[in-house]
Amino acid sequence: MTDAYIVGVDMIKFGRFPDKTVPQIGAQAALMALDDCGLSIQHMQALYCGNLGQASGMVGQRMLQEIGQTGMPVVNVANACATGATAFREAWASVKAGLYDVVLAVGVEQMGKGLLGGGGAKTGIPKEGLLGSGTMPAVFAEAGMEHARHYGTTFEQFAKVSVKNHHHSTLNPKAMYQIETPLEEVMNAEMISYPNTKLMCSVNVDGSAAAVICSEKKVRELGLMDRAIKVRASVLASDPWQERDLVMPDVNSCTQKAAKEAYEMAGLGPEDIDLIELHDCFATAEILHYGNLGICKQEDAGRMIDDGEVALGGRIPVNVSGGLLSKGHPLGATGIANIYEVSTHLRNEAGARQVDGAKIGLTHVIGLGSACAIHVLERAS
Amino acid sequence: MSNQPLPAVPYLKIPEDGSPYLEGLKCGQCGSTFLGERNVCSKCGARDQMSPVTLPNSGKLYSYSIVYRSFPGIDVPYISAIVDLDDGTAIKGNLINVEPDPENIAFDMPVDVIFDDALGRKDADGNSYLSYFFQPKT
Repeated sequence: MTDAYIVGVDMIKFGRFPDKTVPQIGAQAALMALDDCGLSIQHMQALYCGNLGQASGMVGQRMLQEIGQTGMPVVNVANACATGATAFREAWASVKAGLYDVVLAVGVEQMGKGLLGGGGAKTGIPKEGLLGSGTMPAVFAEAGMEHARHYGTTFEQFAKVSVKNHHHSTLNPKAMYQIETPLEEVMNAEMISYPNTKLMCSVNVDGSAAAVICSEKKVRELGLMDRAIKVRASVLASDPWQERDLVMPDVNSCTQKAAKEAYEMAGLGPEDIDLIELHDCFATAEILHYGNLGICKQEDAGRMIDDGEVALGGRIPVNVSGGLLSKGHPLGATGIANIYEVSTHLRNEAGARQVDGAKIGLTHVIGLGSACAIHVLERAS
Repeated sequence: MSNQPLPAVPYLKIPEDGSPYLEGLKCGQCGSTFLGERNVCSKCGARDQMSPVTLPNSGKLYSYSIVYRSFPGIDVPYISAIVDLDDGTAIKGNLINVEPDPENIAFDMPVDVIFDDALGRKDADGNSYLSYFFQPKT
């Protein structure tokens, strides 16, 4: 099988664009990714388009109506918060399989404001606040408190994740916010679902990101190997059976499974990874994944944040983009936006937040329900 | 409209004579217990091996969150709790009759399952409902 490479990748600055349509927002990133490698829409042999909010709305085709209707095959993808990464992976798989030589993957989302999850009932009575909470801040708070019960992780340690990621975002011009949030401010912000305060919840924003993926032969033919990023591993996992599945959506076992398979596919271990963009939809979530991704033992996750090992300049920087907590979390775009972030570091083009000497990076997203997608990326030259 | 309260969830059973109880489905092949109707075991894949079991009315607190922000009309704060019942079945609900403060909530604290009106909530036809709650074991 051929190797597959990212040759063009970009994202728009995340924000709120109520006057634009979803296809218009997606089209912006698609054009930016094409410009990044100097190719045109006519070069693309297929489009894989990730979007959640209009999953039945043919977003990919409507996007091509904005930027070029070549008649190429379009696959529209929805997979909760793993939507963008899943679209990217489908594009990667089509190149690996030899079906196409050059394809486009796009992730796009337009979000409302407010709480996600825990919706009303169609029949009977609403269960929210009667049988616990199905809101996302509460569900991820319960997942964090499970870590607390096993390893003694504290409210303060969870809050430090948010301090770190907000600090990182001050160095990222494409993040929704660039604002420092000291520990006291994070801990004293409005409590949403203990232990997650408002500043420990990801930001609902609109956004898009896109990538152009090529076979090795095509990269050489186009002369694009200089800035190319090799996809060393692409793995998707669903949640294997766990005893509390029906009451606690499981983000741990699918991450552990996907990580193990990704390291095997890449022929690498966690010690080889220079930076990670992982799914910090809530501050409590980030800490779970240090151990799940094997960068430390589960019981050392709190210490990792205390000691700054996961901060820019530390042993293994995590979410130097600002993460979902501050860069923002447009659900369908997130999985490609974090591939953009890691690729930018591997190209040594990340400016003030550059992870020095980064050669290999890992991206991780979780779609609750659950889907975990992990990609291991390497600088090609 | 029913004269008697209806169960808030299908796995809450209200016998004509006797006390309400929670019912699980146990897989005859691997022994896993589930809440809610199913014919196939999602752990081992066995088909048509499910048989109903009465779940115990006590357990221990596994994890929780104190919810301060919810949807309009829902009283906050409240404790959203994951409880492991004595037979190992995991179930989610509100932990009541304890001050919603982490100081007062301990992992593994023993809790009882109690049955009460569903916080006054009624459906479109005016039916009232019976629900279950957890409270610290007395």
